[in-house]
Amino acid sequence: MSEFLSKKSLKLLTDPLNDNNPITVQVLGICSALAVTVKVEPAIVMGISVMVVTAMANLIVSLLRNSIPDRIRIIVQLVIVAALVIIVDQVLKAYAYDVSKQLSVFVGLIITNCIIMGRLEAFALANKPGASFLDGIGNGLGYAVILIIIAVIRELFGAGTITLPGLGELHVVPQAFYDFGYKNNGLVILPPMALIVVGLIIWFQRAKNKGLIESK
Amino acid sequence: MENLINIFVKSIFIDNMVFAYFLGMCSFLAVSKTVKTSTGLGLAVIFVLGITVPVDYLLNEYILKPGALAWLSPKYAEVDLSFLSFIIFIAIIASMVQLVEMIVEKFAPSLYASLGIFLPLIAVNCAILGGSLFMQERDYQSVAEATSFALGSGIGWFLAIVGIAAIREKIKYSNVPAPLRGLGITFIVTGLMAIAFMSFMGIKL
Repeated sequence: MSEFLSKKSLKLLTDPLNDNNPITVQVLGICSALAVTVKVEPAIVMGISVMVVTAMANLIVSLLRNSIPDRIRIIVQLVIVAALVIIVDQVLKAYAYDVSKQLSVFVGLIITNCIIMGRLEAFALANKPGASFLDGIGNGLGYAVILIIIAVIRELFGAGTITLPGLGELHVVPQAFYDFGYKNNGLVILPPMALIVVGLIIWFQRAKNKGLIESK
Repeated sequence: MENLINIFVKSIFIDNMVFAYFLGMCSFLAVSKTVKTSTGLGLAVIFVLGITVPVDYLLNEYILKPGALAWLSPKYAEVDLSFLSFIIFIAIIASMVQLVEMIVEKFAPSLYASLGIFLPLIAVNCAILGGSLFMQERDYQSVAEATSFALGSGIGWFLAIVGIAAIREKIKYSNVPAPLRGLGITFIVTGLMAIAFMSFMGIKL
């Protein structure tokens, strides 16, 4: 157990949260990140689903890594991921039907989420199962964190509420603000604003973390 | 016919894959550095979408949909295989991409040279799988409708990537704040382009 959470393993978990974040640094998995962030609840569910699929796919591919022929590995990986996503989809439909309706096709699109393929290619094919599993959890977390930040910003400024699983819609902006003429910004809910919010998050992160600035 | 044109135009401008649903963003951001390469990728996407969506439509209609197996024998009318659709669609896409790659390599080497490297990338482009999943969700009535939706979405994606590539080529000459350079400014510009595309929203055909 002590070896399980050694410094190296811990680094696998925490690195994707900031220095090697899948969305803002590796530019993977943006497709679904932007579409499901209108409310906080679907963003949390999506983050957890992606984390589960990434970790399990990393684990399975890493176990099979010596027996997959190189030429057909993409198809093998896609089939493994697709099978996992079908399980996640069925579980969501059974236990969180409303959220699964909101996420619509984006659950299926986890299959082609570049985070998963990217981590499989870059990590799981060359590392031991334990490390690959942690790498999957770490990258899934890094993805979920960005997703939740975007969703909080969009829902707070767009609708004045925060929707949490189990608690329902919480009205965060007090009525007194509205009485003074505060208005919700409808633009924030629309798709384009998600892109701009991600751009601003990247700006903020790189201003804090100078090592990430791209050379000209 | 009117209906087909309606679906076609709608999927290019109003339901644009990139700006309304953010599909295919990864390759959209990674490959859009020059106009030439993004034209190649855009054409490949139109091509692959145009082939896979009709094929997936037929599969969905005759094998996967609830009750779709009724044509085989009435006793299969109760069977619902729709939970298999993800795995079938992705298998079709991956094998179609492989097939297209081999055919193009054999019969059009010059096209292969310009398009070849992008074809394997496309198997994991969310816009392609997204096309099939939207086709399934929106329940199009005929193969023709599904095809016109696929071609329209492909052309919409093509326009978007060529547009952003042209802008990025110009941005190289401007003085962007260092932390925003590269990825950050590309996101913001894509956001502005999406706002411009939203002006098509009111159009009714």
